[in-house]
Amino acid sequence: MIRRALLALWLLAAASAAPSAAAEEVVAGLSQNRVAITASFTGSDIFIYGAVKRAAPPPDGGLDVVVVVAGPSRPVLVRKRERQFGVWVNGPGVQIDAAPSLYAVKTTRPFRDVISWTEELRHQVGLKEVIRLIDAPDWLTEERGDYLEAVIRLNRSKGLYFIDEGGVTLKEETLFETSIALPSNLVEGDYTARMFLLRDKEVIDVYETTIPVRKVGLERFLYSFATLAPAAYGIASVILALFSGWAASALFRYFVT
Amino acid sequence: MHIYLPIAEVSVNALVILALGGGVGMLSGLFGVGGGFLMTPLLIFTGIPPAVAVATGTNQIAAASFSGLLTHLRRKTVDMKMGTVMLLGGIAGSALGVQVFAMLREIGQVELAVGLCYVVFLGTVGGLMLVESLQAAANVRRGRKRQKKRHSWVHGLPFKMRFRQSNLYISAVPPFVIGALVGVLAAIMGVGGGFIMVPAMIYLLGMATSVVVGTSLFQILFVAAFTTIAHAITNQTVDAILAFLLIVGGVLGAQVGARLGPRLRAEQLRILLAVLVLAVCLKLGWDLVRTPDDFFVLEEVEL
Repeated sequence: MIRRALLALWLLAAASAAPSAAAEEVVAGLSQNRVAITASFTGSDIFIYGAVKRAAPPPDGGLDVVVVVAGPSRPVLVRKRERQFGVWVNGPGVQIDAAPSLYAVKTTRPFRDVISWTEELRHQVGLKEVIRLIDAPDWLTEERGDYLEAVIRLNRSKGLYFIDEGGVTLKEETLFETSIALPSNLVEGDYTARMFLLRDKEVIDVYETTIPVRKVGLERFLYSFATLAPAAYGIASVILALFSGWAASALFRYFVT
Repeated sequence: MHIYLPIAEVSVNALVILALGGGVGMLSGLFGVGGGFLMTPLLIFTGIPPAVAVATGTNQIAAASFSGLLTHLRRKTVDMKMGTVMLLGGIAGSALGVQVFAMLREIGQVELAVGLCYVVFLGTVGGLMLVESLQAAANVRRGRKRQKKRHSWVHGLPFKMRFRQSNLYISAVPPFVIGALVGVLAAIMGVGGGFIMVPAMIYLLGMATSVVVGTSLFQILFVAAFTTIAHAITNQTVDAILAFLLIVGGVLGAQVGARLGPRLRAEQLRILLAVLVLAVCLKLGWDLVRTPDDFFVLEEVEL
């Protein structure tokens, strides 16, 4: 009974929202639906393309697209360096509860012209909304912002966070495309790609998909070996080293005599 | 040719790593040192995380020292008894060193500790070596020979043992302590410790010089092997692909160096090595004191 009432309410809400929200939808695809980190991995270009599906002819102008690719979120430790006795020493660490390992934003026009502050916050588009510091230590008060900014700045200098305003091309208000260059220092995990369709700085539709990034082959084997059976991995490393040492010595003797 | 390192999680140019292994290997062939003291900082300069550079460095040292040890075993220039005493110290030192390393990682001071250790040890050894080799070069010109060994306080300690091949009857304490010190350094700095052990064996213990290098290689091999396994278990920072590239480059380079060595003049070589050691020391020292590009650093959190 209650369920039916809820369903009716939901349908009513959907129908009333329909003229603005459901009138335009994003349909998108990616050039690859997974990324494999092989031994020769040097980064990867992901080509993202899509179209706007409509029931009626579009209103004039003002359509924008924002594409956000984010790596898996994980905690990171930020330390501030201080000079002590003439030497730079790492200070106490502040653990940031979640920061994406990669964050790439592509837009059709300058970011602020495309999305409002409210929409940015609601849909968690900006880095400031994605990086979270919940349990800040007591001593961290006015410097809090510095630590959060440091995460963004340092990752940006490593090429892991970047924004490309104008990197999305939109044709005839209908077709859009962009490509995202994933750097070679990727970590494993499930990456998300979100495509926002906006009009007058308001989000009208979102399309989300997951891109699994995995080490494969030898990389997978060695990584699993090292983490799942560390003792055996250590012994195997040493045996490999000893064998190489012996082989080198034997080869040398063979060629000299 | 780029290759992705599964543990370091960075992509490096395989040729650069091979060349690095080869260059350091050539130096080790030339000078009879392991070259770990150059390898670890150079790996860090190329962007390998310090923890991985240190642990993987010890694995490469195991390969290089085994290769050298085989040659010395054939020539019977290894004092097994002395080596075993030093090895016992070395294992104890290494076990301690790996724990210290894990603790340093916890408090985020690995780079500082490794940097300081390098500056202190490279500075001391490089300085002494430069002075000594300059004197030796001067002596060669005047045609004088070096002085023979003398007795010191080291010879008055308890637990005396006879080391026949080293031509010594001394306490087991100093070799044990030297071994332990080298074990700690191996774990923290990713070095074999030959650059400290060889002078200590000659000048502190007064060992016969003919067996010094072989015996130190014997100790280094086991300590490096033990340290590699300990790092793999405690810190999971041994990168097999990186180690393999370094080993291949290193063994080839070492053979080239060993053939090149006799054609060059020993004293000048040692002056060169001393200058090289001091240069690395200065670079690392400068990195510790210069104002960093960014006042913040990021670290990964163990899950």
